[in-house]
Amino acid sequence: MNGDSWQLHCPIPIAEDAARITLAHGEGARLTRQLIERHIRPAFESPELAELPDAAHLTAESRRLAVTTDSFVVSPLFFPGGDIGSLAVYGSVNDLAVSGAKPRWLTLSLILEEGLPLVLLDRVLESVAAAAKCCGVVVVAGDTKVVPKDAADSLFLTTTGVGELIEPVPPGPSLIQPGDALIVSGPIGRHGVAVLCAREEIEFDPPPTTDSAPLADPIAALRRAIGPQIRAIRDATRGGVSAVLHEWAAACNLTMNLHERDIPVGSDIRGACELLGLDPLHVANEGTFVAVVAADAVEDALAALRSFPQTEGAAAIGQVVDRKIAPVTIQRTLGSERPLDEPAGALLPRIC
Amino acid sequence: MKYVDEFRDPGAAEQLAAAIRKLASRRWVLMEVCGGQTHSLLRHGIEEVLHNTVELIHGPGCPVCVTPVEAIDFAQQLALHENVIVASFGDMLRVPGSRETLLGVRGRGGKVKTVYSPLDAVMLAQRHPDQQVVFFAVGFETTAPATALAVLQAERLELENFSLLVSHVRVQPAMEALMNSPDNRVQGFLAAGHVCTITGFDTYEEFVQQYRVPVVVTGFEPIDLLEGILECVRQLEAGRAEVSNCYARSVRQEGNQSAQDIVTQVYEIDDRPWRGFGTVPRGGYRLRAKYQKFDAEKRFEGVAPNSELPVIAVETCRAADVLAGRLRPTQCPEFGLHCTPDSPLGAPMVSSEGACAAYFHYHSTDADQEFASRHPSSIASGDAAK
Repeated sequence: MNGDSWQLHCPIPIAEDAARITLAHGEGARLTRQLIERHIRPAFESPELAELPDAAHLTAESRRLAVTTDSFVVSPLFFPGGDIGSLAVYGSVNDLAVSGAKPRWLTLSLILEEGLPLVLLDRVLESVAAAAKCCGVVVVAGDTKVVPKDAADSLFLTTTGVGELIEPVPPGPSLIQPGDALIVSGPIGRHGVAVLCAREEIEFDPPPTTDSAPLADPIAALRRAIGPQIRAIRDATRGGVSAVLHEWAAACNLTMNLHERDIPVGSDIRGACELLGLDPLHVANEGTFVAVVAADAVEDALAALRSFPQTEGAAAIGQVVDRKIAPVTIQRTLGSERPLDEPAGALLPRIC
Repeated sequence: MKYVDEFRDPGAAEQLAAAIRKLASRRWVLMEVCGGQTHSLLRHGIEEVLHNTVELIHGPGCPVCVTPVEAIDFAQQLALHENVIVASFGDMLRVPGSRETLLGVRGRGGKVKTVYSPLDAVMLAQRHPDQQVVFFAVGFETTAPATALAVLQAERLELENFSLLVSHVRVQPAMEALMNSPDNRVQGFLAAGHVCTITGFDTYEEFVQQYRVPVVVTGFEPIDLLEGILECVRQLEAGRAEVSNCYARSVRQEGNQSAQDIVTQVYEIDDRPWRGFGTVPRGGYRLRAKYQKFDAEKRFEGVAPNSELPVIAVETCRAADVLAGRLRPTQCPEFGLHCTPDSPLGAPMVSSEGACAAYFHYHSTDADQEFASRHPSSIASGDAAK
C-alpha cells in the first residue's frame, strides 16, 4: 500500500485542488500545510513568515511599544469601496496611529467556515497584503482554523498590531479643556451606511462607499504640525462620532457641543440616513477620526490634514464647553443646543 | 441636499417662528398627529422657540407604538413556530409584547428577519419554499398600499407560503376618538403629510365641519412644520376652521388614487384595537374575504400564545396616556428612571417615532425643567465638580 495516499484521519479522499475549504484544511496535516504554503504564505513577503516558526522575533527601535487587537466579522466580505481584508489591516493600523504609535507589525488569524471557496480566501488575502504594504506594516505571524458550516459566517479575521510609540504621545481626554476645538477628519457615516446597504441589498445608484482607509500618515502629519496642542485622537468606529464624544465627555466631565451645519456628511449618506431614519453621528466609520485640539491650532490642524486624500474633507465641528445639560449637545435648526444621545445598539431602520 | 436643506434653513425658520409669535394672541393647543413630526419639532428646536406661543400635544401617530400587545405576542409565537419566518420592519423588533420583544425571541432561536419593504418579504417566501413567511403588516395608510401590493404579488406568484399579520391602523378615526373624549384640549391639528399623500384630504372636510377645528396638512421638515403651525394659528385667530394644505409639494387634494385603489382592492375598513386607546371604530384594515388565505391569523389559528412565561405588567408605565395626548412623556413617573430607550417599558420609548423616545433624545425646554426638578442628581453632575 502506498503510504502517501492512505490517510488514517480522513476516510474520504480529498482532492488536493479542492475549490473550497474543508474541515481537513484545519486539521494540521497535509492539507493545512498546503493551504498555508499555496494560499497564505505567497500573499505575504515577510522574512518572519518564511520559516513558519512558532513565534516571530522582532527588533524595535523605540523602547515603548503599543499593541492593539481587533476582530473583523463584517458581512458581506466585499462591499463598495472595501472588503474585510483591507478593513482588518486599517482597523489595527488606525488604532495604533491614534494611540501615538508608528504601526510596524501585524499578526493575522483566520477563522474559515467549511465550504468557503478558496478563490474568496485568495481575494481577501490579496487585499490584506496590499493594505499592509500600503501602510508599511509587515505581517509576521498568523494562525488558521476551520470551523464546521454555519459555525461562522464565511470568514472571520483577527489582527493584532504592534507599533512603536513616537513622543510626545497625545495625552488623551483627561487634559481636554473648555474652549478646545473638535475636529473630524472627513465626511462621517460612510462605512456603516455602505455595509448596511450592501448587506440588506438596499439599492442606491451609485451605492454609498465605505471610508475604510489608513490614517497613520495624516495623523503623523497632524502631530508634526501641531504636536502638543493635540489633546486626544480617536478613530470613530462603532457607535460613530457620538460614541467617541460621549466617552471623552465622561472622561473630562465637560460638554462636547456640536454645530450640525459644520459636520461634513456626503449627500449620498445624508440621503440614505434620512430614508432609513439613522443619525450619521451614530453610524460607524473606518477611516475617519475625531480629535480635540487647542482652539488656536485649528487652522494648522486642518491644513495638515487636507493635504491627504483620505482626510481632505477635515472640518471643525464644535467646541468643548463647561458641562451643560448633557455630556454631548448639538445645535440644529432653531433654539439652543439639545442633548445628543449615545448610540444604544444595533441601528434599526424606522418604518416610515 | 435638495429637498432637505431649503426646508431646514435657520433664517427662514426664525422668520416663520417670529411670525407665529406675532400672530398668536394666546397659547393655542395644537396636536401634531404623526410621531415623525414630534421628532422633528423637538430635534430642530421648534417646540423650544415656540414654547410660550403654542402648546404642542403629541399625537398617537406612531403605528409601531399603537400596535396591540396581542398582535406582538402572536408574532413572537409564530417566530418560534417550526418552519415559520416572521418578517418585520426594523422598529417593530424592539417593541415589548406582554413578555418580551421580537429581538429577544430571535435570541432564543426564533426566526425574525428585518425587511425594508413588504415586497422583500414576498421574495423571502420565494427563496424559502419550505418555510412559511409571515409579514407583520403594521403602519398607517402610508404603508398599507405596499402591503396590499405584496398580497397581490404573492397571489400572482401563487405563493402558498406567504401571509400577512395585519395590524394596519387609520389616522382619522383616531383623531375623531380624541375629539370625542371628554378631556380633549386640542384646538387644531397638524395632519400627517405622508398619510395625506396617499389619502388626500377631502375626507377631513366633514371632520372640520363636525368638530370645528382647523386641520392643516403638514410635512416633516422644520419649515414645513412652522408653516403648518402658522396656518393653524392664523385660522384660530380668525375664528376659522378649515382644511388647508401646507405640504403641497407632496400632497394633492385627491391623494394617490392608484394607491387607494390597491388598498381598497385588498383591504376593508374594520374596527381595530389600538394600544393605549382601546378599540377605535373603523380604526384599521382587515383583509377582504377574497384574500383571507393570506391572513396569518387564520392560517395559524392553532398557534396559541405561550402562557408559561410570566407576564410583565408595569402598572406605573403611562404609555396609554402619552399616546392619547393626556400626558407629557416627562410627566410619567418612570420616564428616564426605569424607562429609557435602552430598557423601555412602553412602546413610545421604543420606537424611533415614539413621543417618549423623542423627549428622551431631544429634551424640550419644559422636559429639561420637569426632569431636572424631579431627578436633580441625574443631570449635569459636572456642574458640581466645576
